[in-house]
Amino acid sequence: MKFKVKSSWVVPLVAIIAGFVVGAIIMLIFGYDPIQNYGSLLSGAFGGVYSIGETMRNMTPLILTALGFSVASKAGFFNIGGSGQYLMGWFGSVIVALHFSNLPGWLLIIISILAGALLGGLWSGIAGVLRAYFGTSEVITTIMLNYISLYFVNFAVKDWLAGKGADSSPNIPAKASLRGNFLENLTANSTLHWGFLVAVLVCFVVWFYFNRMKSGFELRSVGLNEQASKYAGMNVKQTIIAAMLISGLLAGLGGALDGLGNFQNISVSNSLPQVGYDGMAVALLVNYSPIGIIFSALLFSALQIGGMSISVFSDTPTEIVSIVTAAIIFFVAIKYVIELLISKYNKKQKSKKMTIKQEGSGE
Amino acid sequence: MAETVVEMRHITKKFGEFKANDDISLSLHKGEILALLGENGAGKSTLMGMLSGLLETTSGEILINGKEVKMKNPREAKDYGIGMVHQHFMLIPAFTVLENIILGDEPIKKGVRIDYTGAAKRIKELSERYQLDIDIHAKVRDISVGMQQRVEIMKALYREANIFIFDEPTAALTPQEIKQLMKIFGALAKEGKSIIFITHKLKEIKQAADRCVVIRSGKVIDTVNVADTREEAMAEMMVGRKLRNSVEKQAVDQSKLVLDVSHLNVEKKGQARVKNLSLQVHSGEIVGIAGIDGNGQSELIEAITGMQKIKSGTVQIKDKDYTNKAVRKITEAGVGYIPEDRQTVGLQLPLTLAENLSLKNYYQQPANKYGVLNYQYINEHGQKLIKDYDIRSRNELEPVGSLSGGNQQKVVVAREIASDPDLLIAANPTRGVDVGAIEYIHEMINNERNSGKAVLLVSFELDEILKLSDRIVVMHEGEIVGEIDPKDTSSQELGLMMAGKKVQPNVQEAAQ
Repeated sequence: MKFKVKSSWVVPLVAIIAGFVVGAIIMLIFGYDPIQNYGSLLSGAFGGVYSIGETMRNMTPLILTALGFSVASKAGFFNIGGSGQYLMGWFGSVIVALHFSNLPGWLLIIISILAGALLGGLWSGIAGVLRAYFGTSEVITTIMLNYISLYFVNFAVKDWLAGKGADSSPNIPAKASLRGNFLENLTANSTLHWGFLVAVLVCFVVWFYFNRMKSGFELRSVGLNEQASKYAGMNVKQTIIAAMLISGLLAGLGGALDGLGNFQNISVSNSLPQVGYDGMAVALLVNYSPIGIIFSALLFSALQIGGMSISVFSDTPTEIVSIVTAAIIFFVAIKYVIELLISKYNKKQKSKKMTIKQEGSGE
Repeated sequence: MAETVVEMRHITKKFGEFKANDDISLSLHKGEILALLGENGAGKSTLMGMLSGLLETTSGEILINGKEVKMKNPREAKDYGIGMVHQHFMLIPAFTVLENIILGDEPIKKGVRIDYTGAAKRIKELSERYQLDIDIHAKVRDISVGMQQRVEIMKALYREANIFIFDEPTAALTPQEIKQLMKIFGALAKEGKSIIFITHKLKEIKQAADRCVVIRSGKVIDTVNVADTREEAMAEMMVGRKLRNSVEKQAVDQSKLVLDVSHLNVEKKGQARVKNLSLQVHSGEIVGIAGIDGNGQSELIEAITGMQKIKSGTVQIKDKDYTNKAVRKITEAGVGYIPEDRQTVGLQLPLTLAENLSLKNYYQQPANKYGVLNYQYINEHGQKLIKDYDIRSRNELEPVGSLSGGNQQKVVVAREIASDPDLLIAANPTRGVDVGAIEYIHEMINNERNSGKAVLLVSFELDEILKLSDRIVVMHEGEIVGEIDPKDTSSQELGLMMAGKKVQPNVQEAAQ
């Protein structure tokens, strides 16, 4: 065999397979049937147009929180605030859609989405400014901002939006919804909405931003090495703030699309939305590649949607899916081990080739 | 003839298809000082890596005291009495000299306690015997580079090494410290220790070595007796062609004032690093700043280029004030800057050659149009500079980090000179670069001077300062302690001034 294994796609692939193997072993230990359960997982996620629609709908916020996390990470920051930024985006879109309900539908959708995205951007921008000017660790500030957003949104929903004794806002007007008859008919009344297309489109936009645009180049440069970026004349502080702003903008966009497409309202909640953290996993699996995120989000979404079918067809607890997910992330985290094995494999192939050559030349 | 302690026979080392060492044989006698001469990438370090147990040979054999050995790690090499003194010292700054010396081989008393007094006594004896002059109770972070090196030598002596390998031992030393090191070499040899030292400085070989092995492209070119070989002959063997060791200075207009630094004060971490310093550089002249590392040269240059905040004083470039201006503003004023540290400042190692060659003009037309980068232009610009400046690489899309040190430096030099600056600031432009590339970079810098540009050169290498400068100023503890004409200065005199002694050249002459 001559071919050389590239680590950029092997690491995620190996991690995924290893994750499923771990899940299977655990199922066997506890006396469940892995083949049956993985079968129902697969059919739950892809077995019919309805399931596919649900899986795609669920990908939407995952893609955007993952993109947000990637932008910050490429600039060298660990933005854990995806959940809070997503929540602010969701809240912003719903409150605008409710408040300006007399505007024409297309305009209402646009300003609602913009409001959500901007609110998400503002939220991470605070962390960006603190980091750029005071050197405050963005890890701490974004976690804190997560809690502020949770309790702020709970307060605002209860005090401003919900009726007396209710815990949810009213539904947004139908003209502000991102759902459509076309998509519902196509997918047997699944909750798939147009936000999915927006999310996929944004992946390509972010790819272009990273690889072709001046400020994307500056963002990557600052992430690689601040000293060299300063030497090159880049405005490091401004780039840091911009990166955090864009990061939150994307997570906020995810919240807005979910709010207008999926939930249609906003409720009081006692914990932060999980999707912000799942987005980090989605991004990590493909090493922050904007295009890779589409596939990575597909996998995680399928696990979540398909996982619900596991307990329908057997008495296996759905939590097995969380174990598989966690195992995949674990194997990504130890990618250096995988890379080491790959380079050993490549070396072996090479030395084999060389010995064959030497033997062939005859001594 | 003295007995042979090390013999390397037909050593070949391959990295993949690449032969770093090709059928190399050498021998080292008891009490001998052997120099290993070659350019960067010639294979010297690889060869010594195999002798010190860091690398394994592909083929060939190593004999120590007449017996064939196979060493799998540095620890085994140590057991055969081989001591390696690396270019970058392996010391722990927060520990004392004594703690560093015994680290890893602590003498244990009564099963648990470290026997510091016993160790100190032994180190003192060794120190006197070999004239090592070290203060064992000082913290490593407080002692000079020269003493750190002596600590490294002591570490090997303490472990009863008989064969010493030195990897470019004089790279970071002052002339006085180099002299002292040569004395130590002599003392070691007299006691029957054998020394191999890697270098590309011929003067030192002439001074200290008995024999010299010249390596080029992984092969032994010749092994010569140092006493009967001229320096030039060894240099030509090393690079494989004739070398020029002076630059041609043309008469140019030197009337225009380009850089005017006046009463500059710079603080770093609350400490004054540049003190009330004034300096002028004119068109068509190279002003060299000599000085030992850490005497404020870096802060001075960073302050001029905008990388470091100025506390007081002014920086004027072509009659305009640029005190505390943004880096980009200063670059656009026509300042090219080759920074001291190419790896963490001058280059973005994971980015491509082309991207690095455009690191200072990527935001301008035609590389940038409406916020979108024109990669076709950036890559073509890269190809052109790679060709013009003879940067050895596969292509313009290769990451800069995979190039050799000399070629990385050429990337920085190419970018800064191609931007056609009026003022070129170069900080140690040839540090860790091989002789061929040094010659090339020196010529590039001198060409700038000859075309009427102002050049400010900072270097720890006296030969470089003496060879290139029109004027030399010496910096010590943030101040200029003297200005001298390179034509009537010896490196000894310069060395004394660098150490802080204010020498009046004419007074000395009168005394003689």
